Amino acid sequence: MKITNIKRLKEKANLIRQDIIKALVKAGSGHSAGPLDMADIFTALYFNILNHNPKEPNWKDRDRLILSCGHICPVRYVTMAHAGYFPKKEIFTLRKLGTRLQGHPHNLSLPGAENTGGPLGQGISQAIGMALAARLNKQKHWIYCITSDGEHDEGQTWEAILFAGKNKLNNLINILDRNNIQIDGNTEEIMPLEPLRKKYEAFNWHVIEIDGHNIKEFIDAISQAKAIYEKPTVIIAHTIPGKGVDFMEYNYEWHGKPPSPEEAKKALHELRTLQGKIKSEHE
Amino acid sequence: MNNLVKDLKKVEQAATRDGCGKALVELGKNKDVVVLCCDLTESTRMQWFKEKYPERFFEVGVAEQNMMGIAAGLALSGKIPFAASYAVFSPGRNWDQLRVSVAYSQANVKIVGAHAGISVGPDGATHQALEDIAITRVLPNMTVIVPTDAVEARKATIASAKIKGPVYLRFGRAKMPVITTEKTGFKVGRAEVFREGKDVAIIACGQLVYEALIAAEKLEKEEISVRVINNHTIKPLDTKTILKAAKETNAIVTAEEHQVHGGLGSCIAEFLSGNYPVPIKIVGVKDRFGESGEPEELLKKYGLKSNDLIKAVKEVLKMKRR
Repeated sequence: MKITNIKRLKEKANLIRQDIIKALVKAGSGHSAGPLDMADIFTALYFNILNHNPKEPNWKDRDRLILSCGHICPVRYVTMAHAGYFPKKEIFTLRKLGTRLQGHPHNLSLPGAENTGGPLGQGISQAIGMALAARLNKQKHWIYCITSDGEHDEGQTWEAILFAGKNKLNNLINILDRNNIQIDGNTEEIMPLEPLRKKYEAFNWHVIEIDGHNIKEFIDAISQAKAIYEKPTVIIAHTIPGKGVDFMEYNYEWHGKPPSPEEAKKALHELRTLQGKIKSEHE
Repeated sequence: MNNLVKDLKKVEQAATRDGCGKALVELGKNKDVVVLCCDLTESTRMQWFKEKYPERFFEVGVAEQNMMGIAAGLALSGKIPFAASYAVFSPGRNWDQLRVSVAYSQANVKIVGAHAGISVGPDGATHQALEDIAITRVLPNMTVIVPTDAVEARKATIASAKIKGPVYLRFGRAKMPVITTEKTGFKVGRAEVFREGKDVAIIACGQLVYEALIAAEKLEKEEISVRVINNHTIKPLDTKTILKAAKETNAIVTAEEHQVHGGLGSCIAEFLSGNYPVPIKIVGVKDRFGESGEPEELLKKYGLKSNDLIKAVKEVLKMKRR
């Protein structure tokens, strides 16, 4: 179900944001800011970029999408449901007993979840393993990895960046969610990461910086990354934490909590009216 | 019995890491087998695979966490990765990656823990893994194997490739007695009775199996009949053989080159306490760190020789009720 029209993709991202809010309020716990800020990118991935088949999640030549920062999984789950991996109503089982939608994703619980993630820094290493396997098998699929900026505090992340640079893993594309927040505060106060671009360049990566809410820019960046032959690519996606919901935007306090039912109502209203730009609210 | 070497006094000496290295060269015929190592390629014997199959060998550098994650990714793509380092570093330093990326994900990764045990010797406590059995066997989905000698190490490595799921393989640095032969039985999950006996059973793993056999020979002269069990697979435990030994001897001694807490002894005690409680003496390193020294000196100082087992047998016999 490929969507090529950017406006349609934006609309889809908005619906996905609404469902993230609905799933989170029902779950009663979980992370809000990250899932909302990555909704545009996940929409573009599942509806435009990935070579995948929701009906055959284990197809061997599928593109791999590894979620290293597992805590933002609501965006992955909701986007997968929209893409047809499982019924949309299942998003309301998020974090509940017996669910396939574990609080942090588990490869065996949900077909298509691809990897287990949560403890930060592990996904990028797993993605490297998949990139090596594809290279050994002479397979042409791409390995995408989503990392958070906060997880660049982890030593393992840098071990992995070193390795990918040394091995020129050009089939690996790391999408870094640069939202500048982590649980305890702003990244540059908790543990300064800048200059991220120079760091990656020094580790022999190709670096592209984009506005993470500009879907066209993101799709173009992926095309550019695919044309780079000698290096892995990192796309540093600058995002607004909590994007689309005014009272969540830029506020690190929304990193790790869900909205209350009242707040969810307000959030949904904002999303449906595009933060007040549209007067006649629609469902 | 069990096709062991004929004379325990004239055994050859070889390191279990060599058995692993040899097996990997054989396993290399399978194109899905890949090897990763963290800057310890020669001493872990991964060099032998690297020379034969360079395109399937990955040097990860001194980065054990990354190695475990990469191995998981390779496994999730259908490869059979053997990830090697010293046991203190892997699974010691990358236990979280082992737990989440490998065990919870049921990734088909084989963890090669080299230089385990106090017999690492002069490198001292930092490099002597005495806790690795505890931290691997506690994880769901794991298989944990401690080969008794170099011949069994080769068999265990080959067998591990056939298991679908994570396996921890524990190897030593120093040469140790080779007591098994090509004909000796080996099956993952099946403990081997290396000597029959009715008064007490010594359940051992690694090179302590040899010490147990020596102890049993000496005790025979005192008319104490000792059963010796090579419990190479810590997990899944061969409960049938262990239960039979408990019922028939009513006294157990366990022996391992590992902390007394959390290893083979704990494993046997956990099982028997709930199924057939009999007195148990656990022989191992007594809740302390090792130190520099020659392997033999250390085994003596830390109470891991046949004489220590004889002492434990006599103690447990005094506690025996039935």
